[in-house]
Amino acid sequence: MNVRALAGLAVLAVILAALVFNLTRERGEGVRIGFVTTLTGGSAAIGADMRDAFELALDHIGREMGGRPVTVVYEDDGQNPDTGLQKTERLVQRDGVHFVTGYIWSNVLLASYRAGIDGGAFVISANAGPSELAGVQCTPNFFSTSWQNDQTPMAMAEVMNRRNLTNVYVLAPNYAAGRNMAAGFKRTFKGTIAAEEYTQWPDQLDFAAELAKIRAANPSAVWFFFPGNYGTQFFKQYAQAGLLGQIPLYSTFSIDALNLGQIGELVAGSQLTQHWGADLPVAANKRFVDGFRAKYGRTPSFYAAQSYDSAMLIKSAVDATRGNLEDRDALRAALERANFESVRGTFRFGRNHYPVQDFHLFEVVRASDGAYSLKLGERIFAAHADPYVGDCPIAQQAAR
Amino acid sequence: MTLFLEQALNGLQLGVLLFLLSAGLTLVFGIMGIVNLAHGSLYMLGAYFAVTFTGWTGSFLLGALAALLATVIVGIVLERVAIRGLYDRPHLEQVLGTFGLILFFNEGARLVFGPAGLSLAPPAWLSGQVTLLPGVVYPSYRLAVLVAGIAAAGGMYWLVARTRAGMLLRAAAANRNMAEALGVNSRLLFLAVFALGAGLSGLAGILAAPLLTVRVGMGEEVLLLAFVVVVIGGIGSIRGALVAALLIGVLDTLGRAYLPGALRFAFAGPVADAVGPALSSMLIYFAMAVVLVVRPRGLFPTSARTDVAA
Repeated sequence: MNVRALAGLAVLAVILAALVFNLTRERGEGVRIGFVTTLTGGSAAIGADMRDAFELALDHIGREMGGRPVTVVYEDDGQNPDTGLQKTERLVQRDGVHFVTGYIWSNVLLASYRAGIDGGAFVISANAGPSELAGVQCTPNFFSTSWQNDQTPMAMAEVMNRRNLTNVYVLAPNYAAGRNMAAGFKRTFKGTIAAEEYTQWPDQLDFAAELAKIRAANPSAVWFFFPGNYGTQFFKQYAQAGLLGQIPLYSTFSIDALNLGQIGELVAGSQLTQHWGADLPVAANKRFVDGFRAKYGRTPSFYAAQSYDSAMLIKSAVDATRGNLEDRDALRAALERANFESVRGTFRFGRNHYPVQDFHLFEVVRASDGAYSLKLGERIFAAHADPYVGDCPIAQQAAR
Repeated sequence: MTLFLEQALNGLQLGVLLFLLSAGLTLVFGIMGIVNLAHGSLYMLGAYFAVTFTGWTGSFLLGALAALLATVIVGIVLERVAIRGLYDRPHLEQVLGTFGLILFFNEGARLVFGPAGLSLAPPAWLSGQVTLLPGVVYPSYRLAVLVAGIAAAGGMYWLVARTRAGMLLRAAAANRNMAEALGVNSRLLFLAVFALGAGLSGLAGILAAPLLTVRVGMGEEVLLLAFVVVVIGGIGSIRGALVAALLIGVLDTLGRAYLPGALRFAFAGPVADAVGPALSSMLIYFAMAVVLVVRPRGLFPTSARTDVAA
C-alpha cells in the first residue's frame, strides 16, 4: 500500500513538473506566434501549404523579428469551429502568443477571433474573410492578409457582366463564407439568377442531387464556390454528369495550385479571378515562389501566398517597434501601415483592416510538360475595397 | 417527373453504397459484439488501393479486384493483430481501441499517399451518360455503382439465407453462446465475418473512389451515416441494413433536392436558403429518432438475445 502511495505521489510530481515546465516553456524574450489551420482531414493539404509557406517566410527573415527570436506553435482546427476556439484559447492562455494567424475557414475564425483578441493577441487571418468582421463589428486588433469573402466573386461577376451572361445558376456551401461569396456575386452580377442552391457544410461530398437540378433548370452558365477538395469533387461529378461543355462553369476559389494536378484536364481554358498568382511579376513574389519551389518542390497556392504575407506583416510591425511587444498601440499602428513587400505588389489596409487590392483574371493553361498552371490575364478591379468597409467605425490611428 | 426519377436514382445509388458499408458494420457489431469505429478506415483503404492498383495495372476492373483482395487481407491481419484482443473487453475499451486504429490508418495513409487528395477517373466505357427514358439522362458510372451494389446485396442475401455459412452467421447473430455450445468454431467464424465486413466496406470505398476525392478522413464522414443505418435497421440484421440504407439514401437525397424549394413557399428567400440545407441535413436524424420511438430496437431486430443476456 505504501509503495503504491509513493508511486502515485511520484507520478503526480512528474505531472506537476511537466505542467510547470509547459507553462514556462518558450516564455523567453522571443516573439510568440500561434498558427491555427487545418492539418487533418480532407482539407489537410491546404493547412500544410500554409504552414510550409510560413516556415519559408521565417527562413527568409532569419527567424528573427525586431531583434528577437521567433517561435511558432502550429495548431490543427480539424476544420471545426469548436476545435478552432479551443486551440486559440490554448494558444493565448498556455503559450501566451502575441499574434494568432492562419485560419482557413470563416466559421472557424468567427468562433475563435474573440478568444484570441480577449487573450491579448493580435488576430491576423491568412485566408478567411467573413463580412461580420468587415462592417459594423470590425475590430481594432483584427487584420487580414487575404481578402474579404465578397470581393473575389464580385470580380468574377464583373467578368461575366462583360460577357453579357445572364440566367446563371448560383451554388455555394451553406456556411459563413459560402453565403458571403454568393452575396458578393449577386451584388455585382447584372443578369438574372436562374436559381440559388446552398449545400450542406462541411460533410456534403456528393452533388448528384444538385447536378440533376442544374440539368433540369438548364441555365446558360453556372457560378459556384467550393474550396479545396470540394471543388475537385464538384468538377469531377459535373464532368461525369455530362454537363461539362454543355453548361459553362465559372468558379471562385475552387481551382488552386493544390487541386490543378487532379482536375487540370477538366478545367483547362477556364478562367477565374484572384488577387494573386504565382506568375505575378513582383520581386517579392519571385523570391517567394522560387524559394517555395526549391524547398518543397511544388508551386504554392494562394493560401500559401497569404500565409507568407502574414509572416512578413508581423515582422514589419515588430521591426517597427524594435521588438517592443508591450506597446500594443504602437504595434497596431505599425500593422496598419503594412510596411512590407507583399507578394502581390502594393498592399494597404482599409479602415476595417482588410486589404485594399487589385483583382486579376487568370486562365488555366497547359504547359509543354503537360502540367497545368494559372496564367495571369488582365486586371479586373484596381485598388478594390470590400463593400462593408463603410460601416466600420474604426478610425485608423496612423495616417498613411 | 423526369427530375424526380433522376433524384430517386441518386438516392438509391447513395443507398447501396451505404448498404455495403453498414452490412459489414452491423454483422461485426451483431455477431462479434465489437463496436468497430475503424470500419470507415477500411472504406478509405479500399479507395486508396483502387487508385494505386488502377494506376499500376492500367485497368479499373483489375485495379478494383486487386484493391478488394488487398482490403480483405488488411481486414484479416487487423482481426488477428488488433481486434481479437478486444472481444472480451467492455465497449468503452473497444471504442478507444478502434478509435486508435482510425488515427493509425489516417496517419499511415497520410505518410504513404500524401496529404493531398488523390483522384481516380472512371474507366472510359463508364465515363459517359445513359439515356434511360426520354429526358432521363444518367451518368453511366453511377448506374454501374447501383448495379454493382444491388449485385453485392443479392450475393449477401444468397450467402446469408441460402448457404450453410449463412446459417451459422444467422445462428451466431441470434445467440452467440448457443451457437458456440452447438459446436460452431467462433474464432474462425469471427475471422470470416470480419473479413467479409472488410471486403464489403472496401468495395464501397472502391466504388466511391471515382465519384469522390480519395483522401484521409473520408472514412469517418460516412461512418456516421453507416451507424445511423445500423441503428435504424436493427443491430445485426442484414435485411434491416438494406432497408435502412435505401431509406436513408433516398430520404437524404430527396430532402436535399426538394426541401429548400418547398421552404421557399413558407419563408422569404434568404431564410429558406439558410434553413433548407440545415433542415435537410437533420432529416435522417429525425428519421432515426422516429424509428427509435416506434421500434426501439430497429426495424428488423435480430432476436431476443440481449433480453436473455440481461
